Amino acid sequence: MSALGESFARLTKGEAAGFIPFLLAGDPDLETTAELLRALSRLAPVAMELGVPFSDPTADGPIIQRAAQRALARGVSLARIFQMLEKLRPNELAPIVLFSYYNPIFQFGIKAFARKVSGLGLAGVLAVDLPAEAAAPLQKQLRQRNVDLIFLVTPTTSAKRLEKIARLASGFLYVVARTGVTGTARTLTDESQELVARLRRVTDLPVAVGFGITAGTQARRVRRYAEAAVVGSRLVEEAAQKASSRDALVRAVSKCARQFV
Amino acid sequence: MRSEPNEQGFWGDYGGRFVAETLVAPLEELTEAFCAARRDRSFQRSLTDLQRDYSGRPTPLTFAARLTTHAGGARIFLKREDLLHTGAHKINNALGQGLLAQRMGKRRIIAETGAGQHGVATATVCALLGLECIVYMGAEDARRQAPNVLRMRLLGAEVRVVESGSRTLKDAINEALRDWVADARDTYYLLGSALGPHPYPLMVREFQKVIGAETRRQFLRREKALPDYLVACIGGGSNAIGFFHAFLKDEKVQLIGVEAAGKGKRLGQHAARFLPNGGGKPGVLHGTLSYVLQDESGQIANTHSISAGLDYPAIGPEHAFLRERKRVRYVAINDDEALRGFHILAELEGIIPALESAHAIAYGLRLAKKLARDKTIVINLSGRGDKDLASVPAVVRRKRARGKA
Repeated sequence: MSALGESFARLTKGEAAGFIPFLLAGDPDLETTAELLRALSRLAPVAMELGVPFSDPTADGPIIQRAAQRALARGVSLARIFQMLEKLRPNELAPIVLFSYYNPIFQFGIKAFARKVSGLGLAGVLAVDLPAEAAAPLQKQLRQRNVDLIFLVTPTTSAKRLEKIARLASGFLYVVARTGVTGTARTLTDESQELVARLRRVTDLPVAVGFGITAGTQARRVRRYAEAAVVGSRLVEEAAQKASSRDALVRAVSKCARQFV
Repeated sequence: MRSEPNEQGFWGDYGGRFVAETLVAPLEELTEAFCAARRDRSFQRSLTDLQRDYSGRPTPLTFAARLTTHAGGARIFLKREDLLHTGAHKINNALGQGLLAQRMGKRRIIAETGAGQHGVATATVCALLGLECIVYMGAEDARRQAPNVLRMRLLGAEVRVVESGSRTLKDAINEALRDWVADARDTYYLLGSALGPHPYPLMVREFQKVIGAETRRQFLRREKALPDYLVACIGGGSNAIGFFHAFLKDEKVQLIGVEAAGKGKRLGQHAARFLPNGGGKPGVLHGTLSYVLQDESGQIANTHSISAGLDYPAIGPEHAFLRERKRVRYVAINDDEALRGFHILAELEGIIPALESAHAIAYGLRLAKKLARDKTIVINLSGRGDKDLASVPAVVRRKRARGKA
C-alpha cells in the first residue's frame, strides 16, 4: 500500500484529520517552508500539498500567483526545494504531495524526477496541467517507485472521463469544487457534492475537495461527503503576512490551519 | 511532405493538450465543433463570402520593383496581407473562429493580444457578428501599441490590461486562460496564434492557410512557375504557417521563418526559440509542447523584441515539427535590422510594414542580395505599420543624431 493509502486508512480509524493544507514552497523562504511543514504535520493532516512555484501559473488566482512570483524572485527552483526536503526528512512527517505545473518536472527529466521524489520519501505528485491522456510517462515512473500520481476531476469532467480517470488514479482523487482558478470565490456551491456522488459510483478511492475553501465551516461541510478538504490560498495568504519573526509566522499559520481540522 | 497532427494534436513529439482538467471538456467540445464546421459546406461558404466581401480577399501579390533593384539579386514579391481589413492577417483567423463561436451558440468572446492586431481583428468580428468581446492585453504592450487599444474600445470591446508577470503577450494568454477556466460554458476563447492546446494550432492554421493557397495560385499564374523562396516572420507562427502550408508538398520551394533576435543573444534579450544556445528547448507552455525560452529549472523566460507581436517565449508546435523534419529553415533578425527593413520598404515601395513583418523584409533583402537574378522570393507582408508609428519616431531621431537619416 502506498503512503497515501495508509494515511487515508488511518483517517478512517480517527488517527488523522480530513484536512490537506497547501503551501507554496519558498514563500517567504524555504527555511520557513520547512518549519511550516513540520508545524502543520503536528495537526496530523491526512496529507500536505507542497506547491512548486511556476512563472506562468494559469490555474491559480492572484494569491498563489503572487506567492510564486516572490519565491521565484528569491531563486527558488525544484532543485532547491529538493535540497530543503532532504534536510527535512519527509518520512517523519504527514505524507507530502508535490504540486507542480508540468514544465519544471519535464525539464528536471521525468525519470530523474521520479527517482528523486521517491528517494526523498514524498508520497505523491500532482501535475496540474497534465491531464489523464498525457500522464502515462510520468505515472509509469512514479508507480514503479510506489509514489501516487494524483488526478483532478472537475465539474466539467464528463461521465466517461470520470471512469477513465478513476481507473488510472491511485492515492486519492482531488475534486475541484468549482470551475475557475484557485482562491477567488468565497462560497462553495453544491456542485462538488454532486460530483463526489458521481465519483462514488465509479471508485472506492478516497476523495479530497479543494478550490475555494477558506473557512472552517466549509471544511466541515465538505467532510460530510468527502474524506478531506484541501485549503490552499487561505494558508498561502496567511504565510504572506508580515510577522515579527519566523516563529511568529509559523504560529500564525498553524493557528489559521487549526480551524480547518 | 504532409503535416497533419494525430488525434491528440501531436505533430511528432510536439503539440498535444497540456491543460488543467477543467479545460479538457471545453477543448473536446471545440474540437468536435471545429471538425464538423470544417466539413460543412455552408460554413465554408459563409467564411469565403465574408473573406471576399468584408475583409478583402484575395489580397494582391505585388512585385517589389525598387526593392529588387536595391538588392540587386533575386526578384522580390510581397503577399499583401497588410491590405486586409484591420491591417493584418489576423482577421482571417478571427473571422473563422468568430463564425465557429456563433455556430456553437457562445455569446461571450475572450481573446489575448500582443501587438493588438489580433485584439482588433477579434473586436471587429465581434462587432460584425453581434458578440460580446473582452480582450486581455499586457500593460507593456498596451503602452507601445496604444492606437490599437483605442481601436478595440471604439469597436465596443472591453480591454483588460494585464499587470502580472512580464506584462506582455504570455501574461495576456495566462489571464485569458484563467477567464476561460472560470466560465467555459458560455465563453469562447478566440486564440490568435498557431499555439495553445489542441485543436488551436490546427484550427488557426486551417483558417490562415488561405494566404499560401492564394499566393501559390497567383504566383503560378503570373510567373508560370513556383517561387524559389518564401519568407515570413514568426512570433507564435500563424502568418508563417498559413503562408507555408500550401507549399509544404512543393519540396523545391525553400521555406524560411524569421524569428526576433531582439537586442542580444542572452536569455531575456530576444524571442528566437530556435537560436543556437539562445535558451530555447522543448517544454510545455500554454497547453502545448514545443520550443520554449526558459531557464534550467523550467521557468519561462522573459523575452524582448521591438515588435510586440513577436515578443513571445514559445513557438507553435507545427513549426517545431517542420524544423525537425528540415522542411522549414528558421533564422533570426535583430531589432536594428528589422528597423532598417521597415524604413527601406517605406522609402522604396511606399509601404509602411508592421515591425513584425519588417523582420521578414530584412531577411528577404539579405537573402535576395546573395541570389542570382533569375531567383524569386515571396515575402509575406503580414501587416501594416500604422500601429507602430509611436515606437518608431524615437528611433528615427536616434538615426538622425547618428547622421544616417
